[in-house]
Amino acid sequence: MSAPYPTRWTRPPQIIKDRRWRIAVQVGIVIYLVLAMGTVEVNWTRVYEGLERGQRFVMGFLQPDFASRWRDISNGLVESLTMTLTSTVVGVAISVPIGIGAARNIAPVWIYRICRSIIAVSRALQEIIIAIFLVAMFGFGPFAGFLTLSFATIGFIAKLLADDIEEIEEAQAEAIRSTGASWWQVVNYAVQPQVMPRLIGLSLYRLDINFRESAVIGIVGAGGIGATLNTAISRYEYDSAGAILLIIIGIVMVAEYSSSYLRKFLQ
Amino acid sequence: MTDVTHHSQVWTYRTPRARLLLWGGWFALVALFVYCWQVMTAGTMWVFVWDAPKQAADIGGRMLPPRWGYLGELMGPLWDTINIATLGTLGGVIMAVPVAFLAARNTSPSLLVLRPIALFIIVASRSINALIWALLLVAIIGPGLLAGIIAIALRSIGFIGKLLYEAIEETDARQIEAITATGASGAQVLSYGIVPQVLPTFWGITVFRWDINIRESAILGLVGAGGLGLKLEASLNTLAWSQISVILLLILGTVVVSEWVSSKVRHAII
Amino acid sequence: MLILQSLSKTYKTGDTALSEVSLTVPKGQIMGLIGPSGAGKSTLIRCINRLVEPTGGQVLLNDVDLVGLGKRELRQQRRRIGMIFQEYALVERLTVMENVLSGRLGYVPFWRSYLRRFPAEDITRAYALLDRVGLLQHADKRADALSGGQRQRVGIARALAQDPELLLVDEPTASLDPKTSRQIMRLLIEICAERGLPAIVNIHDVPLAQQFMQRIVGLRAGRVVFDGSPDLLTQDALTTIYGEEDWNAMRKGDEEQTAAEADARDRISALAR
Repeated sequence: MSAPYPTRWTRPPQIIKDRRWRIAVQVGIVIYLVLAMGTVEVNWTRVYEGLERGQRFVMGFLQPDFASRWRDISNGLVESLTMTLTSTVVGVAISVPIGIGAARNIAPVWIYRICRSIIAVSRALQEIIIAIFLVAMFGFGPFAGFLTLSFATIGFIAKLLADDIEEIEEAQAEAIRSTGASWWQVVNYAVQPQVMPRLIGLSLYRLDINFRESAVIGIVGAGGIGATLNTAISRYEYDSAGAILLIIIGIVMVAEYSSSYLRKFLQ
Repeated sequence: MTDVTHHSQVWTYRTPRARLLLWGGWFALVALFVYCWQVMTAGTMWVFVWDAPKQAADIGGRMLPPRWGYLGELMGPLWDTINIATLGTLGGVIMAVPVAFLAARNTSPSLLVLRPIALFIIVASRSINALIWALLLVAIIGPGLLAGIIAIALRSIGFIGKLLYEAIEETDARQIEAITATGASGAQVLSYGIVPQVLPTFWGITVFRWDINIRESAILGLVGAGGLGLKLEASLNTLAWSQISVILLLILGTVVVSEWVSSKVRHAII
Repeated sequence: MLILQSLSKTYKTGDTALSEVSLTVPKGQIMGLIGPSGAGKSTLIRCINRLVEPTGGQVLLNDVDLVGLGKRELRQQRRRIGMIFQEYALVERLTVMENVLSGRLGYVPFWRSYLRRFPAEDITRAYALLDRVGLLQHADKRADALSGGQRQRVGIARALAQDPELLLVDEPTASLDPKTSRQIMRLLIEICAERGLPAIVNIHDVPLAQQFMQRIVGLRAGRVVFDGSPDLLTQDALTTIYGEEDWNAMRKGDEEQTAAEADARDRISALAR
């Protein structure tokens, strides 16, 4: 074959077509990485000393000690679980009217604006930051945690619920409306059946998230298993810490499986 | 019922059994809620709760006006926060990719041993918040950026691993079959048949996680893992509420910008 | 020359897709495989390159028995068998050139394929093949930017890049319009004639088969029920193959298709390890 076919082929660039830009971006990335790595000051002797502690933690994880701190662990767990359930119930209950109000297709403009800004505030702030404020206002303990999680639930559920309502089939709402139904009847007959399964699914999902978060906000004093974990770690009791982490992982796994089962069952 | 033309006198929405179940379910939920509420609030000091509005007004008063002069001091920690997020995402990706290939049913080398292990790594990483990882790592290797980066990386494994392995399982089997039929080796099937199919999803997931990591790394300093959180912790300890409001506004601004960047990049890729 | 000796396949579900199929395809012959869906056509051609593992019998390609080869030998033998698929099965997100070059994967080490540094003669060959199928100017386009007929041409070029000794063609025109179908069939015939390649073409369109094939084999329920030149394919012969509009067989066909796909998936996942 002496036909004039090329003997070289290189893959044409897919995203950035201009060669100069490509080089600039690549060089930029390398410079950034060098600079970023430069900011990481590592105290190697401290890390080296830490290895032994790390080993103890891994051992603690493999041979967890549930028994010696069981009272603290069970107290923390009860606080976390009750906090999770109550905050999810209250959060969802508040989310439903806000979610309906934040749906552009069924709410008047002024209500829509108010509800959307509540959602935005709730979503913008991290749970832990809200917890700091609420602990400062309401004092230490699970009540502040409950308020934090309820508030965070509102941002999550109301946003997704509102988006769902905005995506319902307009034809069904139209049909109900054309029968002369009132606003409440439209919501009840046209909107509710379409979004109800999703709402239940989202609530279960949020229950799972709230439990995970309840393990965190304890660090800033909002009660729950997080507080117990914080204490265990600061006392260097890695076997108790390992036990707590395994309990958290176990509960999350159970929650995930049972909620996917429950969702299948409800649909 | 022998009378075939029989109709129930009253039309009902549900069968009696379903109705009973439904009411039973609601009743159980309410009872559980009341019980949990009582357990939870058993130790609550209601004095503090009733006092809360006064406290809120007090804190609000101290937060305003924000001490804008403090902003200059925050630029270093902000840079640290971004670095923690980026390097942490990078580390997370490097560890998550092999885990995802081990966890995907169609690429896992052993369904009985390695796949369950990979799935456990994913669940473990997902159930434990970055802040808890940081808490542990600060105790183990000492405070600083490194603890933050590793914490973010460990938390990212589960997120990226889960979404990536689902994408791998959803690849088009025919394209893979066609590459196999050419006599390609296992590694070649992977790089020609599977990788091109999941690559856009992979970049999307990574940028999305980077965006989340920016939020997370902003607070890691609360437990000593560097970044803006360190300043937040320091200001909280001295009850310098006017500085706290500056920090919060800066975090909000960063989050908005990172969200914008990530959505731009995702649109460019997909 | 390809010789199949009492090739059989029974799926895990217990369905027998092929029973004791024996065929000989000499060099340069283009053989059409017809039959109702579920007759085992797709299983038969996948048993030849072992995308589906046969449960019994022999597959002799120029005196090498493909059944019972180890992984590595199987890969080397697969290079000799080009395959063309029903819905093209191109890697959609790669360029046309990469798709053609993927036909060379069995010949190059991993690092070369990974870095896309194929040997010069492979690249020349790929360009020549793209020219042959009339897509030279599309080399750098992404496969999903092409039309159906163009994609199938890329599929043909990929199979030919392997420098095969046998072509397996699975319903090449099933997702194309009649005009493009004829163009693709004509191209296949020409190419096989140029290279003296034997081919087995799975085809459900009887007139198309009669127009283009040199020999037709009819399968029914996993058995050969017709074997002869297209002129011998009378109405009676067609009734033996397809039966009197047998709808139950059609339904069973879907099951066989699903079983074949599931089986191929299992095999692939085993290979991807």
